[in-house]
Amino acid sequence: MNLTLKIWRQKNANDKGKMVDYQVSDISTDMSFLEMLDVLNNELIEKGDSPVAFDHDCREGICGMCSLYINGEAHGPGRKITTCQLHMRMFKDDDTIYIEPFRAKAFPVIKDLVIDRSAFDRVQYAGGFISVNTSGNTQDANSIPISKHAADEAMDAATCIGCGACVATCKNSSAMLFVGAKVSQYALLPQGKVEATDRVLNMIHQMDAEGFGNCTNTGACEIECPKGISLENIARMNREYLKASLKG
Amino acid sequence: MALDSKIPQGPLADKWTKHKNDINLVNPANKRLIDVIIVGTGLAGGSAAATLAELGYNVKAFCFQDSPRRAHSIAAQGGINAAKNYQGDGDSTYRLFYDTVKGGDYRSREANVYRLAEVSSNIIDQCVAQGVPFARDYGGLLDNRSFGGVLVSRTFYAKGQTGQQLLLGAYSAMNRQIGRGKIKMYNRHEMLDVVIVDGKARGIIARNLVTGEIERHSAHAVVLGTGGYGNVFFLSTNAMGSNVTAAWKAHKRGAYFANPCYTQIHPTCIPVSGDHQSKLTLMSESLRNDGRIWVPKHKKDVEAIRSGNLKPTQLAEEDRDYYLERRYPAFGNLVPRDVASRAAKERCDEGYGVNATGEAVYLDFAAAILRYGKEQAHIKGLSEDDEALINKLGKDVVKAKYGNLFQMYEKIADENPYETPMMIYPAVHYTMGGVWVDYNLQTTIPGLYAIGEANFSDHGANRLGASALMQGLADGYFVLPYTIGDYLSHDIRTGTISTDLPEFEEAEKKVTESIAHFINNKGSKSVDYFHRRLGKIMWDKCGMSRNEKDLKVAIEKISALRKEFYKEVLVPGTANEFNEQLAKAGRVADFLELGELFAKDALLREESAGGHFREEYQTPEGEAMRRKEFQFVSAWEYKGEPKDAVLHEEELEYNNIEVKERSYK
Repeated sequence: MNLTLKIWRQKNANDKGKMVDYQVSDISTDMSFLEMLDVLNNELIEKGDSPVAFDHDCREGICGMCSLYINGEAHGPGRKITTCQLHMRMFKDDDTIYIEPFRAKAFPVIKDLVIDRSAFDRVQYAGGFISVNTSGNTQDANSIPISKHAADEAMDAATCIGCGACVATCKNSSAMLFVGAKVSQYALLPQGKVEATDRVLNMIHQMDAEGFGNCTNTGACEIECPKGISLENIARMNREYLKASLKG
Repeated sequence: MALDSKIPQGPLADKWTKHKNDINLVNPANKRLIDVIIVGTGLAGGSAAATLAELGYNVKAFCFQDSPRRAHSIAAQGGINAAKNYQGDGDSTYRLFYDTVKGGDYRSREANVYRLAEVSSNIIDQCVAQGVPFARDYGGLLDNRSFGGVLVSRTFYAKGQTGQQLLLGAYSAMNRQIGRGKIKMYNRHEMLDVVIVDGKARGIIARNLVTGEIERHSAHAVVLGTGGYGNVFFLSTNAMGSNVTAAWKAHKRGAYFANPCYTQIHPTCIPVSGDHQSKLTLMSESLRNDGRIWVPKHKKDVEAIRSGNLKPTQLAEEDRDYYLERRYPAFGNLVPRDVASRAAKERCDEGYGVNATGEAVYLDFAAAILRYGKEQAHIKGLSEDDEALINKLGKDVVKAKYGNLFQMYEKIADENPYETPMMIYPAVHYTMGGVWVDYNLQTTIPGLYAIGEANFSDHGANRLGASALMQGLADGYFVLPYTIGDYLSHDIRTGTISTDLPEFEEAEKKVTESIAHFINNKGSKSVDYFHRRLGKIMWDKCGMSRNEKDLKVAIEKISALRKEFYKEVLVPGTANEFNEQLAKAGRVADFLELGELFAKDALLREESAGGHFREEYQTPEGEAMRRKEFQFVSAWEYKGEPKDAVLHEEELEYNNIEVKERSYK
């Protein structure tokens, strides 16, 4: 396949940035999207040009490092996949592909397609944990039975990879799906209930402080989420927040 | 320097308890005066950082990713072992110890492995308390599954994402301490040297990967939790950024490197699809519970399949060679990883590989679908003769068990594994070798510790499934926090270590010069060009089977490639910016040295054990032949070029387990 790529280039956080056109040829349909970018970068390097910076690490859809807004969709066409799991067979010969970073006020661009998602980490510092020391002197793991249903639901929420597709996709740049998933994981488990009030208040406070927008229930986040995290988690977080606010 | 493993005296089962009672402690007020650097935030580094911070030490943690949550422990699928004996199937600390030593082909240290088995139960308690959503049964208790090479169900799991959930557990424990200010987190930072002052590790030199700034960080002890070096093969199941640099820099500063040739080649990975391939993807070992591995019996069928004239599903049963079931009737498709990998290679080398490159075998679920389908029809009282119905019911069962893996396969290979067999081939997955450590997890440099996959670990020559997660968390949560206290108890009056010391100056200068070389070297080839070539040498000459002649060739070739690399490599951009190529250049430079030591170690080890198979040392049936005279750990001391490395042997003694032949027939 031969393709035209229109890629966002931005030297650093202070640079204005612009779209730049590139051509790539002889792209195999078996390549992953990131391998196609590797081909481009190798050509750029050997020509003495600056390669396109993008984040990636595990390349199997679990680390959450890769991002990219491809043809107007977070992680590109295809559902329940990350960019590294996107393959070139989803495209046709002579296609033009637009590649941009995830854009949100809380995710400033570092370089080209690389963004700073440390806002997510800071929301987690505010309450994304259970306050138990790692001494090993806890009670036996089987001493609190947890219904299979609750454990499975908590697992579904916990499967979030923190990639930020929900934020990038949302017209309000809201992080409610991300925060809702973490709040839900703990709210569904008995171990998490002790601190539930403080957790939800603190995490939402930090979420707002980071400049993420509000949720207006468009549901775009759920559609673009590579792990299929359900909107129910946002609803559950709202209930937790209401409960906590009334208590507080 | 003679190697002292510092194994405590006394009976095996009492060693750890006695040791904990004997070592020095640091009083809580004094812990506030002590700084510890932890490099790497996977299961080992993350759990160590959280625990040391809880104890009261000032922790500085470093990772090259944009968040500690992205370390490659996150990709572990299957599960974590623990000797809980919740199933009442006869499991015990001793059995887990026994299985691990035997699985490692009698090349690991008894005392370490016993301790690992001993603390394994605590890990599960700890993780549940942290809110890790392990799978549960309908009664609300924890569920278990079986894994390769053992006779009990001791593997705890969270769907096919156990590593992710355990890492997020450690990350949450870190977050709590970051929030309290007890951990200072340095994301997008790479350690480029360790600083030694008066013979002790006292800090590191790190590069800020966003700004390019070179930073000095001091501490009273330095801990490496930086993972394995599988990427020396270029293609592996490791993450793109996984590297040996931190461990290698420590080696160059005096830490011995142990058993570099022990590599785990995992039998079930998705085959290479072409020259563009950047990494390989694992398909969980659990698939071998239900999948049957085969290649065609006749070459003419191989040709027809490769040319697309014959579909694998069209090949009659009697024309298929289920070679694992044929060679190992007792264990069949569930032989250990090293055995399964070599058997696949043997068939493909003989010309029976089923894809275009000739390097793939089938993993077929048709029999399982039929079996489960009939079972379901029987349970539901439906017709067991209705083929379409049986097929549908069977597929539903397989989907419930392995759905996410099948989906992952389909995305990559563009084939539906419910309809046609999967194609798989072995790939580099884990490295048992690593930085040599004593019982306290301290390297040969005082104050420098190595934990998790970064050390030469508890797995001997072959790691069992679901044991890597166990070891990473055991080291970080429950072992290091005790043993490091003994060392740090001597530092309560030391005060902050100054980063103005000449040793920091010297180390920083070295790092800066190396970076300047890459930036100013106007070569003609990208870093990846060299990395791919190194990977090919490693795979062809030091891969699944090795021999003296090839290993000698590998040493020559790697040495020559290293020289060419320094002359011809082209790194675009500048040192003072986000520059992935520059970071990669440094990592590949270290792989080019490690690769040579790897081959040298493999050449020295004139036996076959676990992941190390020397063609000269095999039984008439082609099985691995262990040799008593090699019952030692090879620990290498750096002396300049890898070829000059000096060998130190640590004899391995087995007083609590009988050393036997491994047989799976």
